Amino acid sequence: MTSYFQSLGLTYEWSWFIATIAGILLIALPLMLAVAMIIYVDRKIWAAMALRKGPNVVGPFGLLQSFADGLKVFLQETIIPSASNKGLFLIAPIITFTVALMAWAVIPFNSGAVLADINVGLLYILAVSSLGVYGVVISGWASNSKYPFFSAMRAAAQMISYEVSIGFILICVVLWSGTFNLNGIVEAQQGHGLGIVNGYFFNLLLFPMWVMFLISSLAETARAPFDLTEAESELVAGYQTEYSSMAFALFWLGEYANVLLMCTLNAVLFFGGWLPPLDIPVLYLIPGWLWLFAKIFFFFFVFSWVKATVPRYRYDQLMRLGWKIFLPMSLLFVVLVSGWLMVTRYGA
Amino acid sequence: MVDLSQYLPILIFLAIALGLSAAFVFLPMGVARLTGAHNPDAEKLSEYECGFPAFEDPRSQFDVRFYLVAILFIIFDLEAAFLFPWAVSLDVTGWPGWITMMVFLGELVIGFAYAWKKGALEWE
Repeated sequence: MTSYFQSLGLTYEWSWFIATIAGILLIALPLMLAVAMIIYVDRKIWAAMALRKGPNVVGPFGLLQSFADGLKVFLQETIIPSASNKGLFLIAPIITFTVALMAWAVIPFNSGAVLADINVGLLYILAVSSLGVYGVVISGWASNSKYPFFSAMRAAAQMISYEVSIGFILICVVLWSGTFNLNGIVEAQQGHGLGIVNGYFFNLLLFPMWVMFLISSLAETARAPFDLTEAESELVAGYQTEYSSMAFALFWLGEYANVLLMCTLNAVLFFGGWLPPLDIPVLYLIPGWLWLFAKIFFFFFVFSWVKATVPRYRYDQLMRLGWKIFLPMSLLFVVLVSGWLMVTRYGA
Repeated sequence: MVDLSQYLPILIFLAIALGLSAAFVFLPMGVARLTGAHNPDAEKLSEYECGFPAFEDPRSQFDVRFYLVAILFIIFDLEAAFLFPWAVSLDVTGWPGWITMMVFLGELVIGFAYAWKKGALEWE
């Protein structure tokens, strides 16, 4: 894109700057649109599985429901509780939403179509997504109210617990691809399974890692069945209880942006990202970003499916799964994967 | 060498994302004042506790296990931080690097087994 702006007679620095701004807006604005639509899709899938109709009044098939909700929320009064820490109370949703947007800077949408092609892309995503805990904890603390506080404690413990096993799972992927760059990881998956399947899921050592990653990503984003931070029968609405207006909506937007990010990571790390599912030349005629979006949508459908069908975990079950099953398992697989690679690839 | 200019788009992204979310938080506050929706009173601004005035200070004592989880997290996240550079340099370090890391992991597993045995991972 830089060269296009240069051809208009601008200097290199200015063309680079304008191209970068355009790239950022090309990620951030469609992302917000996608989040609005994915909330609608989520409600529709959920309704269909419960034999209901779901939103169907605003616009054709209820397509404009999220935008109507957004407008309503935008015009609402922002209530700042008198007992709250007012500065922190307003900073928390800003942190949540900013962090949810930031992680998308290193996601490759097509071969080379990435905003910041840094060599430690996966590490960057891990770092940024762990910052998301701050938004939750600060909102729970600053609300100075009982249920948000409990919810924030739960959310913090839950998110950091599953981050540990996610870290080890990512190490397995990095071991196999030999790079942290997300484009590099996608390219390393080309023809990985039997020389024809694009994706690490077609690998006996990495398939269990993918299953654990999928479940961990449900827990990391506090989706059902791990939505204990928002268990409405116990905690009202969790850490968002005291929020209203757009500050409330930012938590929703951030949450769904994180869900989409986790779906994208599932697609990029284990299902070949922007590569077609099979390494057949004909399939490369379809542009890569379409493949990626189809995979993201598939994983989002799985997320909704789980939400509609699986009952909520208890907190002790959640912690047991994270610390006593996923952590030892993922640690074991780090040993297995690295040992296998030493014997077959690096050992000689 | 690390080319720091690769990170400049991320910095610009941070500025735009911060501006966007700050606008989302503060713009409705202004709009609500213009439309007259902004109408706070003492009851509305009190914290929520099932319709009662709050019985006690919300920042009460909480279970020490949350603290234990945070400490265990620091240990294992640091371990992961050591594993990341090792994972991409396995071809350089070879068998000595692999065996060293296995010894390191073994020590951590002993610590993990101790924490498990002591009941640090129990939630009832």
